[in-house]
Amino acid sequence: MTTAATTASTTAPPTSGQSEAQEIHFRSNRNAKIRMYIGLAVLVLWGLAPFYWMVVTAFRDVGYTFDSTPWPTHVTLDNFKTAFSTARGNHFGAALGHSVIIGIVTTAVAMLVGVFASYALARLQFPGKYAVLGVILGASMFPGVALVSPLFQMFSNLGWLSGANYQALIIPNISFALPLTIYTLTAFLAEMPWELEESARIDGCTPGQAFRKIMLPLAAPGLFTTAILAFIASWNEYLLAQQFSTNQTQTVTVAIAQFTGAQPHQEPYTAVMAAGTIVTVPLIIMVLVFQRAIVSGLTAGGVKG
Amino acid sequence: MSSVAQSTAGPTQKKPAKNKGLNAGQARTGYLLVAPTIIFLSVIIIYPLLKAVQLSFQKDAGLDPATGLFVEGGSAGVSNYTHWLLQKCGEVDCPPGAIGAQFYDAFWVTLFFTVVSVVIEVLLGMWFAMIMNRDFKGRGLVRAAILVPWAIPTAVTAKLFYFMFAFDGIINKLIGFVGISPQLWTSDPWAAKFAIIIADVWKTTPFMALLILAGLQLIPGDVYEAAQIDGATKWQTFLRITLPLVKVPLMVAVLFRTLDVLRIYDLPAILTQGAGGTTSLSMLVIKQKNEGFHSASALSTIVFLLIAFTAFLFIKFGGADVIQRPPSSKKAKDKDETPTPRDKDAQTGNPVAANATSTGA
Repeated sequence: MTTAATTASTTAPPTSGQSEAQEIHFRSNRNAKIRMYIGLAVLVLWGLAPFYWMVVTAFRDVGYTFDSTPWPTHVTLDNFKTAFSTARGNHFGAALGHSVIIGIVTTAVAMLVGVFASYALARLQFPGKYAVLGVILGASMFPGVALVSPLFQMFSNLGWLSGANYQALIIPNISFALPLTIYTLTAFLAEMPWELEESARIDGCTPGQAFRKIMLPLAAPGLFTTAILAFIASWNEYLLAQQFSTNQTQTVTVAIAQFTGAQPHQEPYTAVMAAGTIVTVPLIIMVLVFQRAIVSGLTAGGVKG
Repeated sequence: MSSVAQSTAGPTQKKPAKNKGLNAGQARTGYLLVAPTIIFLSVIIIYPLLKAVQLSFQKDAGLDPATGLFVEGGSAGVSNYTHWLLQKCGEVDCPPGAIGAQFYDAFWVTLFFTVVSVVIEVLLGMWFAMIMNRDFKGRGLVRAAILVPWAIPTAVTAKLFYFMFAFDGIINKLIGFVGISPQLWTSDPWAAKFAIIIADVWKTTPFMALLILAGLQLIPGDVYEAAQIDGATKWQTFLRITLPLVKVPLMVAVLFRTLDVLRIYDLPAILTQGAGGTTSLSMLVIKQKNEGFHSASALSTIVFLLIAFTAFLFIKFGGADVIQRPPSSKKAKDKDETPTPRDKDAQTGNPVAANATSTGA
């Protein structure tokens, strides 16, 4: 991680005796520093301010919904109780469970199927390899809405649009989780030091042992990051979940979008912010813990040297 | 795809003859490993896509207006397409307010969202990336902060901005400080469009910035030193060095974001619910789906073709090199371009250029 920009902005090396030049150098250096810190402050505010406002509102008494004090006031846990309450026909707690199930199964299937394809695409040469990559990238650009009418018809013929038919949500989710998994993993696997595998073979490992003992531990961070990205993508999905879920499979995003208040046409803002906080906080924790891996997963591939 | 033939011809020609058996084995293993994915994608994407095309040429089952009898669909010819493109409801023009009559409004507003959002995201993303590309303490904290908007589900983002954009909400209070009167952010035609753009830009600029940053970090420092010695101004350095060297990752990011906004659904569906003329093409498909399947299939096919065509334009003319082929198969015109770090990458055999995150838009 070179500091190209910094070297560019700090002007020519100061020559001894030229105090004026040094002064200018010092000042432009300081100005550049100040500008950088202003920029960084903007960045942090950009990322955190709306999220902060959601959390503050989640803990604020419903009577003070539009209080604009920048720090927490009228702190209460009532909104969380309201969010989980089923009295008004909201089933947020159950929806959390549904989203976890759908997310885990989607991720597991995508990883299981995707890891083989990624290995082949990263390691092997075969005719048609780039056509396969093209299909996978095409699939990742595919508009989800194009699946809605045909799948709706197919699923209703199969009787999947009522009851607890999780497959009606998992199958469409795989359509975007699988391409995402494959190109993230392919990028990770292509960068692995595969010559270690050969060394292990020369040292007497069987192919299975070489893979299990040497390559798998090295690949673990990449596999893990990919799984996180797939899970987040599934957790955040709304369009397909809205179309194919029932009361027994409703996901959190759908539950939050449909949250109803005490009176019709009255938005229960504080309870929705509480629900939003609950849905988001696990993701924020993941981001904090794995930010380096997530960034490398997001930008994996060609933009790396 | 002529490139496929070229790229596969390259490596096999170079190999000595005795390795032929090994290559055949590799190919067989390759196909075996890729097969499950291809089967999955065929069943989940390609089959429904073809099914949608088939549905789009059929009539809805219903009462025949001429005979009053219940009819089971049948061929509709291209009437489901003329319904949208030529605004025909049956033989006559669609009345104002009918779903069919909203097509061009939805088309233009989707295009408007796409162009405005992506332009703002590129400019801001570039700025963010250049800030993050410096040496400073707390790099991890800034990176985590910038990932927060990316991690929040779009549905929650929409609700959060719905709250902040409420008439008594914080944004109207903040703009009050600079003397702007409160806006009806979720219903006024212009304010509602910008509410969606603001929420979209907030959520997705970090993704753009991180992709550009990854590109910036590849530019070797000595290139900048050389420019400095030659007396280049900051602006010249940016225009002649930074921009050309991040062009490919930037174009890939722009491609993915453009396709994302063209299919935008979650934000307008939850934040404005289509008020103020913010019904996107994807929203129109869902609206129509409840009225009649076959027309909806025609519209979703139109959306698919629009996105495929846009992707084609970007890859063909925009330099968004999403699939990196080995150098042997690179086209001749690439040769006289400045070697970028990406060429090095292509040599290492890394076939994937960049990631799109399906943000669920």
